[in-house]
Parts: sequence; C-alpha cells; structure tokens
Amino acid sequence: MPSVTLTVNGKSHTVDIEARTLLVELLREKLSLTGTHVGCDTSQCGACVVHVDGVSVKSCAMLALQAEGTDVLTIEGLAAADGTLHPMQEAFREHHALQCGFCTPGMVMSAIDMVMAHPEGMTEEDIRHNLEGNLCRCTGYHNIVKAIAAAWPVMHGKELVAAE
Amino acid sequence: MYDFKYEKPTDVAAAVASLGADMEAKALAGGQTFIPVLKQRLNKPTVVVDLSKLGLTGITVTPTSVTIGAMTTHGTVAESEEVKKAIPALAHLAGLIGDNAVRHRGTIGGSLANNDPSACYPAALLALGGTVTTDRRTITAGDFFQGMFTTALEQGELITSVSFPVPEKAAYAKFRNPASRYAMVGVFVAKLAGGVRVAITGASQGGVYRHTQFEQALSKNFAPDAIKDITTPSDGLNSDIHASAEYRAHLIGVMTKRAVLAC
Repeated sequence: MPSVTLTVNGKSHTVDIEARTLLVELLREKLSLTGTHVGCDTSQCGACVVHVDGVSVKSCAMLALQAEGTDVLTIEGLAAADGTLHPMQEAFREHHALQCGFCTPGMVMSAIDMVMAHPEGMTEEDIRHNLEGNLCRCTGYHNIVKAIAAAWPVMHGKELVAAE
Repeated sequence: MYDFKYEKPTDVAAAVASLGADMEAKALAGGQTFIPVLKQRLNKPTVVVDLSKLGLTGITVTPTSVTIGAMTTHGTVAESEEVKKAIPALAHLAGLIGDNAVRHRGTIGGSLANNDPSACYPAALLALGGTVTTDRRTITAGDFFQGMFTTALEQGELITSVSFPVPEKAAYAKFRNPASRYAMVGVFVAKLAGGVRVAITGASQGGVYRHTQFEQALSKNFAPDAIKDITTPSDGLNSDIHASAEYRAHLIGVMTKRAVLAC
C-alpha cells in the first residue's frame, strides 16, 4: 500500500493509504480532522476547502498522494493553542456570518486565502467575486462579506477600511 | 472511485513510457476534471501518472508569442503580469475558469487535452491560431481539436507546452453557467495580421469551432454591426437543461458582438 508524508497544521504525518484516497478522506478519516466538510462532492460547494502550500484547494478534488511533501492547513489549525480565534474566525463570530455552520470551514479558509492574496485591499465586489467557489444555503452571504471586509485590516495590521 | 496504481515520474520520457506501456493508464494534470470523473466511476484507469514533477510549468513571453508550460495553472496565467501585457484576453479567460480553488490546481495542458466542449482554453487556442507542443511533435490548433473530448493526441502523448501568437487585438466574452461556471457560450475574437478569427466554445455538439461567416464579415469591418445580419443556425448546437440550441445560437451572436466591443 502506498504511503504519504505531509504536514498538517504544523504536525508531520506518514499514513498508509490506498492510491484512490482523496485528500479530504485522509484528513477526515485517517487524521480525524472532521472540521473539513464534504458538501457536494462535485467541486462546487467549497465546504472542503483547505490550504495546500498556502493556497486554497478543494480537498475533495485532490488525491492524498498529490499532497506528498506539502504543508496543509485546515480549519483546526487556525486558532492559537490557548483557544484565541484567528482574526477571520473572530470576524465570522462577531458579524454572525454563519447559521448552520456547515459551509463555514470552507468559507473561512477561502476567506483567509483571498485576504492574503489581496494586500492592496478589497472592495465588496472583489470579496463577492472571490467567494464564488463557496456556497452557503443559510446566510444569503451578506454577513460573510461583512466579516471578510472586517478581517482584512486586522490580518494586514491596518486600521483601514477596505480600499475602493 | 476504483483503486489504481499511482506513479509520479520526474521526467517526461518516463511519464510517456508509463502511459505508452498500458492502454488503460491515464495522465493526471491538475485533476479538476479528472478526479471528479474518477469519483463518478466514469473511468477506470489501471495506472494514474501524476505529471506534477515533470517541470512543465512556466511562462515565456516574446514580442510575438506567449508560450505556457502544460502544467501551468489557470491562476498563474490569470495573474501573470507578462500575459496581461502581451495577450490580456488570455489572462482574462484564465481568470474566468472555475473559482479560486479550482484555478489553483487546474492546468492549461489538462484543459486542452480533455477538450471539454464547454472549456474556455480551446476557444483561445483556436481563435489565436496557436500550437500545441507534445513530447514528440507540434500540432496546430486547427488539427488538434477533433470533436467533443477528442484531440489529435495519441495514447501516451503528452502536451509539454502551448504557444499563442500575440494578436493585434483579442477579447473573450463568456456567458457562464452560474453553477458550474462552464461556458454556455464563450466567444474568443482575435484580430491578427492575416484577418479576424472567431472561435466558439460551449455551444456546438462538435466542441470548439470557428465561425467563418463572422470571421469574413469582421475581417472586412471590425465592428459589432458587421455581423448584425448574420443568423447562426441552431443545427448541431447543444440543447440541455441550461439552454436550448436556439438560445445558444442567439447567444453566439450576442457574445461575439460583446467580444468585438471589448477588443
């Protein structure tokens, strides 16, 4: 049986897996990191988004073996050891950017990726455009967009509102 | 998903040998189409050959051409300052494929090799008159596309890079399916020294094709009005839950005008 060695949330793992194992299956079923969700299983909903080497990917559309040697970050890896939330998690809490919570792990991971990729600032339109790979059936997106806009200056260490 | 043997070769010759040795072996590029296909058990490869360690990434721009390594992601092309400068329509097109996470994985070589009838890159390659370079030869766009999900590639033949001539002007206008983000109709218009070329994706049962009537009219007069009296027949166009063939025929004219305006 093939094996894969990768770093997940700062911890190295070597796991024996079938070649057909998806990255999301490795995370949920082998490493018990069930914060990453499977919503649609057809690459459309974004509930399974994690970061691989610093960029967002849909972990239901990647083989675990493709992640050999990579650094994976999941929703479980965001909060500090003392429980302090990541600024994006805190913004989601503050702005009530979730209802049922099923899409939230993927939303937060996509949101962090887009904020880091746009140091120049983001308009509301930019945020909505960058959220197109994540579906939410509860909130209507408004509070998610507000939360991301609020997290942007915190993550960039600025007290600015999003640039126009 | 059925299980398979997984290989990750580190040079093109080894990958070609693996793929050539077994008719049921399949190449894995970005996997944004192929992995969903495997999950649905629509394909049952014996061996999956991961192309990610072959060194096929990178973008080279000259005054006359843009050459992109087969394993370069859509995200890289969309954000490339060099591509934006040389062929802005190509960077724009790459940025319209899927979503951020899909663009971080999906590749130009994978898209072209799959030749999905609703994919975007085939329209750019055909309209610009680009070429596909493989491990063994160079294939012109006109010869490469051979109908829906069919290309000139032989079993085990790998795309190594794709080259696009720099046009005078070009634009891509895409009418997206709002859920899948695939093109219901996508039109790439390119004004080249030899005339105007118009490639249509998402519409035809035969996959990407050139709209010769539009090309002739636009070569004489490069303006949206030049095609206002040309009716595109709906024969041979796709008809599905998203759009009827008649609606797609209408969209072809609308999206072509928008592309010309955007040039």
